[in-house]
Amino acid sequence: MIRSNAPVLLEVRGLVAKIEERTILKGIDLTVRAGEVHAIMGPNGSGKSTFAKVLSGHPSYQVTSGEVLFQGENLLDLAPEERARAGVFLGFQYPIEVPGVTNSSFLRLAYNTVQGARGAEELDPLEFDDFVREKMKLLEMNPAFLDRSVNAGFSGGEKKRNEILQMALLAPKLAILDETDSGLDIDALRVVAGGVNKLHTQDIGLVLVTHYQRLLDYIEPDYVHVMDGGRIIKTGDKSLALELEKRGYDWVAAEFKGRAAA
Amino acid sequence: MRVETRNSYLDSLLQSRDAVAEAGSDWLRALRMRAVERSNELSVPTTRDEDWRFTDLSALYKASFRLVAEPRALETAQIGTFAVPEAEIRLVFVDGHYSTEHSQLPRSGGVTIGNLADLPDALEALAKKHLASLATIDHDAFAAVNTAFLRDGAVIHVESGHDMKSPIHLLFVATSRDSVAYPRVLVVVDAGAQCTVVEDFIGEGEGGYLTDAVSEIFVAENARMSHVRLQRESSGAFHIGNTSVQVARGGSYSAWTVALGARISRHDLALVQAGEGTEFSVDGLALIGGRQLADTHSSIDHAHAHGRSRQLHKTVVAGGAHAVFNGKILVRKGAQQTDSGQQSRNLLLSDKARVDTKPQLEIFADDVKCAHGAAVGQIDANELFYLKSRGLSDRVARNLLTYAFAAEVVERIPVKSLAGRLEQAILEQTQTKEDA
Repeated sequence: MIRSNAPVLLEVRGLVAKIEERTILKGIDLTVRAGEVHAIMGPNGSGKSTFAKVLSGHPSYQVTSGEVLFQGENLLDLAPEERARAGVFLGFQYPIEVPGVTNSSFLRLAYNTVQGARGAEELDPLEFDDFVREKMKLLEMNPAFLDRSVNAGFSGGEKKRNEILQMALLAPKLAILDETDSGLDIDALRVVAGGVNKLHTQDIGLVLVTHYQRLLDYIEPDYVHVMDGGRIIKTGDKSLALELEKRGYDWVAAEFKGRAAA
Repeated sequence: MRVETRNSYLDSLLQSRDAVAEAGSDWLRALRMRAVERSNELSVPTTRDEDWRFTDLSALYKASFRLVAEPRALETAQIGTFAVPEAEIRLVFVDGHYSTEHSQLPRSGGVTIGNLADLPDALEALAKKHLASLATIDHDAFAAVNTAFLRDGAVIHVESGHDMKSPIHLLFVATSRDSVAYPRVLVVVDAGAQCTVVEDFIGEGEGGYLTDAVSEIFVAENARMSHVRLQRESSGAFHIGNTSVQVARGGSYSAWTVALGARISRHDLALVQAGEGTEFSVDGLALIGGRQLADTHSSIDHAHAHGRSRQLHKTVVAGGAHAVFNGKILVRKGAQQTDSGQQSRNLLLSDKARVDTKPQLEIFADDVKCAHGAAVGQIDANELFYLKSRGLSDRVARNLLTYAFAAEVVERIPVKSLAGRLEQAILEQTQTKEDA
């Protein structure tokens, strides 16, 4: 929901980033206030996933100019783990499998690390077990997933539920969900999106990176941004997503080129 | 010059044979004598031998080792720390000597177990038939010397159709510096029987000593054997082991071999199919650091049709350590419909760590499925980023991934207490304190 007096969580100005020698992000500006939902859409290769990774500090990308402020602090100075502790969460498009480590011990380690860094209470295994089971209900997750290795052998839908479960545990201020809808069937999408909606309070900013409009049927965006060629080339409200669904992305790029030429 | 050095080393080992009591039956003495003759003719391997290219034993050849005449008395509590609670049967050998005091033999039927030097009549014929029939003393100098010193050892016979729910624990403890021990194991699993055997090599203290071990395993038709081989010798020790396995039609053999200890260790694992439709599963882990060297040579011989084999060998190499893996898969001409898969995965934790891995496929049948792969690398950047994006520090994330890499092998070990203890040992070895 848009509240013009809500505090600014994220301020991105002129962000340029490259991987090896290839520049992917070519000047991004974005402001996210608490409570808002921003959808970032665009064709494959437009740079939207890169944007999500750069915000969370992926080491393969190098920021060459621009700035990113998170709650007024320079986010780019922080290591990925410091960003997570400060309240930035990235839901991965392809969550990593960690065979050999049980999900419950991983989740507790992450939870307690972040709690400790925030000066909040850490939980012992028994307390954590109760706590995580409550959160799993939000996502209609079977508690059996606690005893399995992290994401190992999980289906696409199970992995995405596990991502949102981590969001629920780490209680971020800013959650960036990268293609959370990809690989989900319609029932799983409803459950996962329902979980995100329950977690989304007016203190939390949401950035949804998605290729398709269907996720936005469940999580209503306040803003829809279209990315192409490493830039945000158009911003609108939720009706823009519906228009993209009907007309595709080409007309937006053409319109942008027309404006640039004028 | 080279030959002289080699032979003088074996001579020096053999000289101490005078100390071996000429125990046992005539056939056992005859076998020993044959092994002595072979030992005199064979030379020990050097890095000029293809199979020993990376494993330089010259430090071993310079050292001298003696047989322990009277083993140190170990407290029951000391043995207790190594106990496997699930195992109702335990045989303990201290510095090569069978310890009646610490061993626990079977109390119910279906399985017969004895010490080689003092075999019950029921095992005599079985031992005579099988001993030294798989582990060839004709080519392998270390197997020959082991056989030349045959005295104490475990002989296990699981009777046909008997399902042993409880594992058998064979514990070999080395306590003396500059000593040598020759552990010997013979396992015969009759048709349709099932058993789990844990071989556990442990060193007390840090001293240098030599373990030269040989195990022979016969799995009969439709029998199943699970085998855990755990090498956690002292940091100065030399460990040379040979495991030879033969599996008859429809039988299965699953192994988990873990190498954590020893200055230099070498394990040769040879599996032979003796009938159609057998199943092999071999998981290996070497977790080493410092100046350690761990060498695993395996050979899986698909000599009959419809055999299936799966092998996963992992190494985690820290410091200036060196891991070697050579995995031979042989599919003979008649071995149609063989389904074989082999993976060698290696994690290097430092710039000075080294691994040499070599899958070796020799396929002479035309209707087979053989997949193999080898990967050597450092911790994956994407995996690391994933964990850090959840708040974990670089050090904790690296430790966790290293642990997970190694734990994947041990968590499948069917003896739960051992899997848990190994996971703990891996946890301790993979948890670096300093921030990278």
